Amino acid sequence: MRVLQNNRRKYAQSSSRTNRITALTAIAMLCLFPMSAQSDPHCITGAETETTLEEVAPGVFVRAGVHAIMSAENLGAIANTGFIVGSRGIAVIDTGGSACDGMQLRNAIKATSPLPILYVINTHMHPDHVFGNAAFEADNPTYVGHENLARALAARGSHYLTSNREIMGDAALEGTKIIPPGLTVEGRMEIDLGGRVLEIVAHPTGHTDNDLTVYDQRTRTLWTGDLVFLEHLPVIDGTLMGWIAVLKSLKTIPALRAIPGHGPASIPWPGGVADQERYLSVLVEDLRRMIAAGASMNDAISRAAGSERENWQLFDEFNPRNASVGFAELEWE
Amino acid sequence: MSKANLMRDHTWRSCPALALLAFAVVLMSAVPTFASEDAWADLKPDLFDERPIKDGSQWLTIEAPYRAHDAALVPIKITALKPQSVDNYIKSITLVIDKNPAPVAAVFHLAQESGLASISTRVRVNAYSDIRAIAETDDGTLYMVSRFVKASGGCSAPAQKDFDESVASMGRMKLRHYTPRPVADTASSSVHEAQLMIRHPNTSGLQMDQVTGYFIPAHFVDEITIRQDGKTLLHIEGAISLSEDPTVRFHFVPQGEGELSAHVEDTDGNVFEAAWPIEPDAAMN
Repeated sequence: MRVLQNNRRKYAQSSSRTNRITALTAIAMLCLFPMSAQSDPHCITGAETETTLEEVAPGVFVRAGVHAIMSAENLGAIANTGFIVGSRGIAVIDTGGSACDGMQLRNAIKATSPLPILYVINTHMHPDHVFGNAAFEADNPTYVGHENLARALAARGSHYLTSNREIMGDAALEGTKIIPPGLTVEGRMEIDLGGRVLEIVAHPTGHTDNDLTVYDQRTRTLWTGDLVFLEHLPVIDGTLMGWIAVLKSLKTIPALRAIPGHGPASIPWPGGVADQERYLSVLVEDLRRMIAAGASMNDAISRAAGSERENWQLFDEFNPRNASVGFAELEWE
Repeated sequence: MSKANLMRDHTWRSCPALALLAFAVVLMSAVPTFASEDAWADLKPDLFDERPIKDGSQWLTIEAPYRAHDAALVPIKITALKPQSVDNYIKSITLVIDKNPAPVAAVFHLAQESGLASISTRVRVNAYSDIRAIAETDDGTLYMVSRFVKASGGCSAPAQKDFDESVASMGRMKLRHYTPRPVADTASSSVHEAQLMIRHPNTSGLQMDQVTGYFIPAHFVDEITIRQDGKTLLHIEGAISLSEDPTVRFHFVPQGEGELSAHVEDTDGNVFEAAWPIEPDAAMN
């Protein structure tokens, strides 16, 4: 008991001091940056953070993210986000890594079409896909997500905000908050943007336990969310074997092209998923072999899938984590 | 204060719920900036009174990744450098993570019959911190080794990759039996290594539900007892710093054909039990 009381006193002192410093820093940064009439006045705009849209199919627009860890410089714009335009309105698919990133996407949408933003669809819970949700509140859209998304955001949201504030700073995340879905998807759901039907599917556990894909029937374009990565190493936050199974089922969708969560704005389908399938199967083979040989988790983390290092960006940042998640999962086989 | 009571204090069972919430909210809102020496200096007298603690590098080593890749799943390997001899053996190892909200991750109580006191497990690390293993030998001497680990957020980040599956399979266990390792000083018997794995969410109680504003209640494994033919080999007191799906690698000396059993309890009062036959000449299963 005494130990806990001592710890509580110590933490309270350091917390008020750091909160004061954080507040002063945030105010100082706000005074230094110019206000923009069109966007949230606190957003930092500059060459690195301008939104480049690519129309990968008629009415289907993608903003490709950079391959990097979320930072103040990139405003968390590391994932592919975008929107689809129907005759009566627009659906946004993922909102980026900060309220500022979301606002820049919104500005790009407003410059493209005057139609109302009807839906904001989050493909899954990760910060680089949901942190921009607040930028669309003024449009009063329906926020859409997997039936497990609300629970996942409830469990992880405050941790995501806290840990990303430490990395990116308070200014870059100004206005960022967690907005859970109002409309959830279990199985399959269709929404119509006006002569344009989108098929939204909620998948079993793969990249996460709350993955959605969005299929535009008109152009046969499949938005995969982070179920597909190119160039940037895939990151496992669900289960390894579950993800391999979901990929198999995705390949049967007769899409002409796909939009991955990270990678080029548009990839051929199903050919575009070959690199990721290879990485995941190499990881599984290496881990199974090491587990059978009695290796420790530490050994596995440093050696599994080493042959894939040259094929991916951010390999050393994420492969050890994938190996530890995969090891703990495959041990049960 | 007995070690067992200390474990209770360092877990949340004996704390009033409101004090826990206040403590955790303060913790979560603060950027961690604690001086590294203070944590152990404050903790040590509560765990070991004024008893001297010797350098343990002749008795054991502790391995952990310098930079953890998943703060909720940090592998720790404690290797005993001497076998458990009848005259001199390690009777307990206390695993401490200085900066964690519940710094005593586990206490491993070992029998001399275990053959070798080496233990591996996986822990959550909440902030850059020293991790210590304090071994107590049968004559009451304390020995310590430590290692620094860079990780943060392990206690507040939910680790469940598949929440529904985690809940559905809670209490399921598996035992893996590794090839025997002869230990030089006890050439007459061979020491085997095994690994017990338990499915359990091991929820820390430090994750906030943003919808309700309440903290998801702690629900974790707090007692693990491993017996060989009814005799206790290893008794573990656990807490929130052990990772989801607690797992431990331990040693034993087979006495002909027999049985290893596990008795597991959690803070909700659940009891899980399982047993497995020992094949004396078993290879990897």
